[in-house]
Amino acid sequence: MTIMINETTKILVQGMTGKQGQFHTSQMLESGSKIIGGISPGKGGQVVHGVPIYDTVEEAMMAEIAEASVIFVPAKQVKDCAFEAIDGGIKTLVIITEHVPLHDAMEIMAFAERKQVQVVGPNTFGLISPSKAKIGIMPNSIFIPGSVGVVARSGTLSYEIVSQLTKAGIGQSTVVGLGGDRVVGLSFIDVLAQFEADPETNAVVLVGEIGGNAEEEASLFIKTMSKPVIAFLAGKSAPPGKRMGHAGAIIERGKGTYDSKVVALKAAGAYVASLPWEVSDLVKKALAEKKEA
Amino acid sequence: MKLYEYMAKEIFKTNGIPVPQGRVFTSAEGVADFVAQVGPVAIKSQVLSGGRGKAGGIKFASDPLEATDKARELLATEIKGLKVDIILVEQKLRIEKELYLAITYDGARRKPLLIASAAGGVEIEQVAEEKIIKRLIDMNVGLQPYAAREITRQLGLTGQIAKEVATIMVKLYQLFRKYDAELIEINPLVVVDSHALAADGKMTVDDDAAFRFGKDVPFVEEKTAVEQRAAELGISYVELDGEIGVMANGAGITMATLDLIHEFGSSPRNFMDAGGGSSKEATAGALEILLSTQPKALLINIFGGITRCDEVAKAIIQVKESIDIKVPMVIRLVGTNEEAGIALLREHGIESYRNIDEAVAKVVAFVKVKGA
Repeated sequence: MTIMINETTKILVQGMTGKQGQFHTSQMLESGSKIIGGISPGKGGQVVHGVPIYDTVEEAMMAEIAEASVIFVPAKQVKDCAFEAIDGGIKTLVIITEHVPLHDAMEIMAFAERKQVQVVGPNTFGLISPSKAKIGIMPNSIFIPGSVGVVARSGTLSYEIVSQLTKAGIGQSTVVGLGGDRVVGLSFIDVLAQFEADPETNAVVLVGEIGGNAEEEASLFIKTMSKPVIAFLAGKSAPPGKRMGHAGAIIERGKGTYDSKVVALKAAGAYVASLPWEVSDLVKKALAEKKEA
Repeated sequence: MKLYEYMAKEIFKTNGIPVPQGRVFTSAEGVADFVAQVGPVAIKSQVLSGGRGKAGGIKFASDPLEATDKARELLATEIKGLKVDIILVEQKLRIEKELYLAITYDGARRKPLLIASAAGGVEIEQVAEEKIIKRLIDMNVGLQPYAAREITRQLGLTGQIAKEVATIMVKLYQLFRKYDAELIEINPLVVVDSHALAADGKMTVDDDAAFRFGKDVPFVEEKTAVEQRAAELGISYVELDGEIGVMANGAGITMATLDLIHEFGSSPRNFMDAGGGSSKEATAGALEILLSTQPKALLINIFGGITRCDEVAKAIIQVKESIDIKVPMVIRLVGTNEEAGIALLREHGIESYRNIDEAVAKVVAFVKVKGA
């Protein structure tokens, strides 16, 4: 088992005929994803990579019910497409696009909450259950299947951490990118709870960063978990008041600092790696200690 | 993008939130005439940094002559390193009460958040937590008058003032939505002659929503020239004060790279997230920015994933041949065709590695040798 997606998850791709949409559709198909339709208004009836294109989500859902959808459209159009997917009955929505306006993101989350839809992103690399399915843009080659769950705020940094795990022979059950924006759908806790409940996940790696209090809030939940959590955080050396690329990655008024996050995580019983390549050793150590206990 | 106080107040005024009688000046000319009409005034420098009052950015004058002198004085000063180009001259208020009111967002709760306090006039961080009212707003409902009435009750307001403050709250939320604001703050919201008005105004609007801003949203440039150039190239750039120029792809990995440079005993000259592109033009532009800040060495950390490393390598080599790079350059390259990319770079005399620890150790060693 995995969380959120597997080889049976039926997926729509919104914005499939664009350059990004086409390329990543082929990559997702290669990783095993069951893509049953693409949405591109005005292009219904075409076929891309063997996948039928529909004009609207409703039309696609009449042909076959999809559980998940991934959005590749420009930022201006994201709100409309997200509403369309949520209204159309999609249960898991992944928004890859970055620079989605803050108010649009909040409106999307309000509607998703009402319809009980889980939203991954915006500004996420997506999620993958290696060898089963991928909804996102990450390179397939760095993942191997296994029993360590990974949840991250940041894209390439999680590739770095996952590569280290893979090199050390540690496979992943599911890897989830929450997204780097100020307002995103899933929180660390939402994903940690699913990993905790997943019988095939034995440990969880959390990749966080400075800014906000997502890691501090996650710590409250980690305290209650039976599975070990290994954390790595970026931004240890970042000066206060400078926004480091991600909208959320800024230390404001002494809040969201590296130290406050490490203290909270350690107090909750999490292992904290201070260097990226220490993560795989800590995962092995955590699993060994768990076995002894 | 942060708006100046006078811009925020102009928006308040046109949308029915009362503000003090005031006028904007870029020179002392005309100040005397205005003061002759309205009496004693506050003269407020229009700068975007906080804590303006403490830094001497606000002066008071009781007659036209004094006002002219002080206006001239303020226009010749710098507040926290920012030159004062514009002043707002406002009628001095006989303040009976100071409140705090703001609407912003709560990222963790994914909702707009109203913050109010009866202890206004000081920075909200300095107000005791129990004196601050916070209320999340459901976007499906908006901020309705009933919620505003409840907040004014909690603030201890009654009668006409309670009514006026509640109306301002509802209007403030409408502005928050209309202008795609990240923050609208009135601090203080004052009571003068038994009426409420916005004595100050702060507004930050969302750059990502700029495509739908109306003509009434002014443009304010906050970036340095180098940051502006980076923004044009689609690069996220922040200047720091260390030794090593850094370029990486992705915000998280860039931060982690800076951390590692510290860990190995040096310091970064900048934060640069060059995003996903690998074109020659983008790489050249990024390198030019890095070199313009005169670092002692360069570190490029590309976790390409899907990106083809041989193409990245070719772009870097082309750039190296066209720009004179006098400082050592170390590259870490991972992704599709990484072996070919690394080999290509080595052939052209550029140190390159697959492992991040090796690359950081090498670039720090260059800086240390030079420094010794």
